[in-house]
Amino acid sequence: MAKITFISHDGAEQVVEIPTGWTVMQGAVQNGVDGIEGECGGSCACATCHCYVDETFAGTLPAPSQTEEEMLECTSSERKPNSRLSCQIKVTPELDGMTLHLPETQS
Amino acid sequence: MAPAMAEPETGGMVVAGAGQGGLQVAESLRAEGYTGPITLIGDETQPPYHRPPLSKALLNGEVTDAQLGIRGLDFFERQRITLLTGVRVSSIDRAAQVVRLDDGRCLSYDGLALATGSRVRPLPVPGAELEGVFGLRTLDDAHRIGAALDAAERVVVIGGGFIGLEVAASARKRGRTVTVLEAAPRLMARVVAPFVSDFYADLHRSHGVDVVLGAQVVALEGSGGTVTAVRTADGTVYPADAVVAGIGIIANDDLAVAAGLACDRGIIVDDCARTSDPRITAVGDCTVRIADGAAPRRLESVQNAVEQGKAAAAALLGRERPFTAAPWFWSDQYDVKLQMVGLSSGHDRIVVRGSPAERRFSVFYFRDGALIAIDSVNRPPDHMTGRKLLDKRVPVTPEQVADESVQLAALAR
Repeated sequence: MAKITFISHDGAEQVVEIPTGWTVMQGAVQNGVDGIEGECGGSCACATCHCYVDETFAGTLPAPSQTEEEMLECTSSERKPNSRLSCQIKVTPELDGMTLHLPETQS
Repeated sequence: MAPAMAEPETGGMVVAGAGQGGLQVAESLRAEGYTGPITLIGDETQPPYHRPPLSKALLNGEVTDAQLGIRGLDFFERQRITLLTGVRVSSIDRAAQVVRLDDGRCLSYDGLALATGSRVRPLPVPGAELEGVFGLRTLDDAHRIGAALDAAERVVVIGGGFIGLEVAASARKRGRTVTVLEAAPRLMARVVAPFVSDFYADLHRSHGVDVVLGAQVVALEGSGGTVTAVRTADGTVYPADAVVAGIGIIANDDLAVAAGLACDRGIIVDDCARTSDPRITAVGDCTVRIADGAAPRRLESVQNAVEQGKAAAAALLGRERPFTAAPWFWSDQYDVKLQMVGLSSGHDRIVVRGSPAERRFSVFYFRDGALIAIDSVNRPPDHMTGRKLLDKRVPVTPEQVADESVQLAALAR
């Protein structure tokens, strides 16, 4: 389990506990986190689970795959250096306490 | 004496079917500001779940059932959506605005959405009922196939469309001997150009799958009630311990037909997901859409279910929110991602951009000089850009597409 904090574009905060092995998108969607859509169900096919990872965790995450990199080129909100698709972030105990900022829009 | 009919409970907005489309209707009703009761009725025992991973990640053992869930149970509580599982709507009384459930309950409705989905088309050959023959539609189906793949040595897949090919890839990943029998002369013939079909036949063969085209299955053979082989019209017998048939789906429109709604191999809806009854909408695989004066069209996709769900919720509240975006689909097979946008039927020209040899390319389809669809293989940016180009109807020429130095993303802005 890892506690992940989602901060929406308007500043609203939601803390969700996500089991190890799940993706951050799965945890967010099942808890109805506003601002994470995950329309394709986690296949890295729709880019509607875009998020900005808190800088302190940037080094903890494995680098994006080539497909994720390319999908990130196509997000509807601005891509930043800390942009990730949350369906590609697998939860590990090390991610406990991570904060994710959500973009203004996903589609 | 007939039992007195129970006084119907007040359902407010009732959604028959708790797949992706039905869930979307319920959620969007709340998002649109509806505050009355919402009842979401699903015949499966699980809460709504993502279906596309069934033939891929679930069969590959990469995700558990729990991870496929779309919303957790507390979400339904918070949103005050009553989720009924393991029960189905058995009839609709449109005059009284009441639905009857198969557990005997009755619910009155102010608005009704039908999201009854589809079922697999049964194999029309002798032996289809044998043990070891599967179709894939639900989580339970996927588990049955998974267990069969564990035990099987030889797997025969009937049908070279998305489901069949994804199952074939998953079975190969488990080291099974896999044969794909496709009746048409090429794979995925209904949706992609021959160029893409050939690419996928090569891809599967390179992974050791025996791809047989033009194969007319005439019978399944069995022993002791269990399948042992598949026989084709040319007399060839393919030994099989497990058979997965993916030859298409049938829209579940029986409920709507019985209620007298306009149907044509699916519930007929407009761009706002409205049926022929103003109090009833329909979404997802169970629908056929009439748009642009074109022939009624059924789209089997997540996007269609979701967007029609949004449209239906609005329509039930008397608002117009037409769904007109270009349809998109995807298929993951091995490490190759196929993403499709638009409908390529009727194209008169294709242009390939990228490198088929490197398994990274897109096929652009044109009709009368206009871009109508794009199939992208491991080229996500082409797909995402293509969705914008098609949605905004940006004029793009075959020459621009053929020229890799032309930035398509710039045209889409």
